[in-house]
Amino acid sequence: MEIIPLGDSALVVRVREQFEDAPEETLNEVLRVFQLLQRATIPGVVELAPAYTSVAVFFDPVAVLKSNGAANGVFDELATRIRSTIVPASRRHRRRTAANAPRLIEIPICYDAEFGFDLDRVAEHTKLSGPEIINLHSTGEYRVACIGFVPGFTFLAGLPRNLATPRRDVPRKEIPPGSVGIGGAQTGIYPLRSPGGWNLIGRTPLKLFDPAKNPPTLLHPGDRVRFRAITREEFESLKQ
Amino acid sequence: MTAIVQRAGFLTSVQDLGRTGFRQLGVSTSGALDSFALRVANLLVGNDEGAAGLEITLGGLQLRFGDERIVAWCGGEFDVQIGSRALPAGHVGQLQSGDGLKFRRAQFGCRCWLAISGGIDVPVVLGSRSTDLRANFGGLEGRTLRGGGVVPLARRPGSLPPPTPISSWAGPHDWVSPAKRYPVLRFIRGVDWSRFDDATMKRFTISEFSVSPDSDRMGVRLEGPELKRKHETDLISEAVAPGTIQVPPSGKPILLLGDCQTIGGYPKIAHVITVDLAVAAQLRAGDGVRFSEVSLEDAHCLLLERERDLDRFRIGVSLQRS
Repeated sequence: MEIIPLGDSALVVRVREQFEDAPEETLNEVLRVFQLLQRATIPGVVELAPAYTSVAVFFDPVAVLKSNGAANGVFDELATRIRSTIVPASRRHRRRTAANAPRLIEIPICYDAEFGFDLDRVAEHTKLSGPEIINLHSTGEYRVACIGFVPGFTFLAGLPRNLATPRRDVPRKEIPPGSVGIGGAQTGIYPLRSPGGWNLIGRTPLKLFDPAKNPPTLLHPGDRVRFRAITREEFESLKQ
Repeated sequence: MTAIVQRAGFLTSVQDLGRTGFRQLGVSTSGALDSFALRVANLLVGNDEGAAGLEITLGGLQLRFGDERIVAWCGGEFDVQIGSRALPAGHVGQLQSGDGLKFRRAQFGCRCWLAISGGIDVPVVLGSRSTDLRANFGGLEGRTLRGGGVVPLARRPGSLPPPTPISSWAGPHDWVSPAKRYPVLRFIRGVDWSRFDDATMKRFTISEFSVSPDSDRMGVRLEGPELKRKHETDLISEAVAPGTIQVPPSGKPILLLGDCQTIGGYPKIAHVITVDLAVAAQLRAGDGVRFSEVSLEDAHCLLLERERDLDRFRIGVSLQRS
């Protein structure tokens, strides 16, 4: 485990070097570290950002200093606190794992051509037919590896390898909210109107980000996700 | 208890010290790009340092007040007037009901922060009153100010108004006017510093970069010598922070600011230190900027020193009021 400065007010805890070799195990370990740091409430720590192989810790150097030590030791002090939070907890955690089993969330998707702007592009690249793509995409099980890019944008791990399709050369300026896309070996859902370069294959009627709610996102890091193919009519009736 | 927006200006939004606690769900910091300037302006008018104010980009804002208020602003070189009286940066001005406040186009620098006694009364969304202009929430319904609209103001704090319409005293010059004619941003090495070739490392510290017109609250896009990596391998996405300088395949660096995304996959060559984000927030299209390396320890010492100075200033301001 490496701890590296990300500027003077954040640092990155590199939990693993690689993601692709063992996605499930890596994700579990990143989430374990994330939860431990969240529970630890280390003085000066403001917020956390888990990603594929790492957990970033955002902190207020002034608050860290007030709780301990000299200015030239802010980083070392915090890194020591982080290490001691993470290491000894591992034995305890194993007993807890069962209680912390990830949630399974089903997301309905309408794969009609009206929403799946890039189904043809994906078909051309993967040499699969439209129905085959839809069937493969909607029968797999995914996990939320991390959330970023825009609030609530989920990077999902677990895309069947033969569906991988390179991003579009020229990103779209505006993608409708709820659009489901494939970007390289990943799949994800655009929660908001935003630009983006992924290949769009469908759309969900669910609202993935709602700032009026707390928590504001439907999905959280680590959640298990399944897609269910729905008709255009169902899309309308489920629309939020 | 409102101010009427007669002219909204180029881009004006409600911001406080930013949104924290939802980064794991992709929610950006937002907030005043120079949060220190907003804190100082708030102290000058007797507000809590974290009260919501206005971030004014390039000027053009014109407000008319519905009641008596105290105002102060910090930032770039703007001509600001209460009626026909000039209100220089860091001075405290008193407005009567019906008075106008006008920000002309910035002479140099890019942004300024206006604090109004009482603060701006918009709902707290996910722990902050800041406007998230990318995800369109917070502030005034997630958008910038519009001409003809109103800015809701909270009840004024109990402190006494200044005895004169414009105070003769002001906040420290470096704090209230952080824009620099020859900006040099201090940085610490980024996580991926050693992925760049030797010539690039050198180029980064000796060259002048120029600010591209497609810069915004997400980031300052820079033009200059191409920054090249030793190997073009894909990196796995991880967190980025305001201040991070990332280098996309084009070789043109982007200095990330408060509205930046939470996670990115481009290599991070450097991070601008927190105290210099005040200078970075003043960069506008065409400006030249240079970078100079400091140690992480120095970055922390500079930040702590500024915080101690602010503690003293806070006492000074409260004595002025009593």
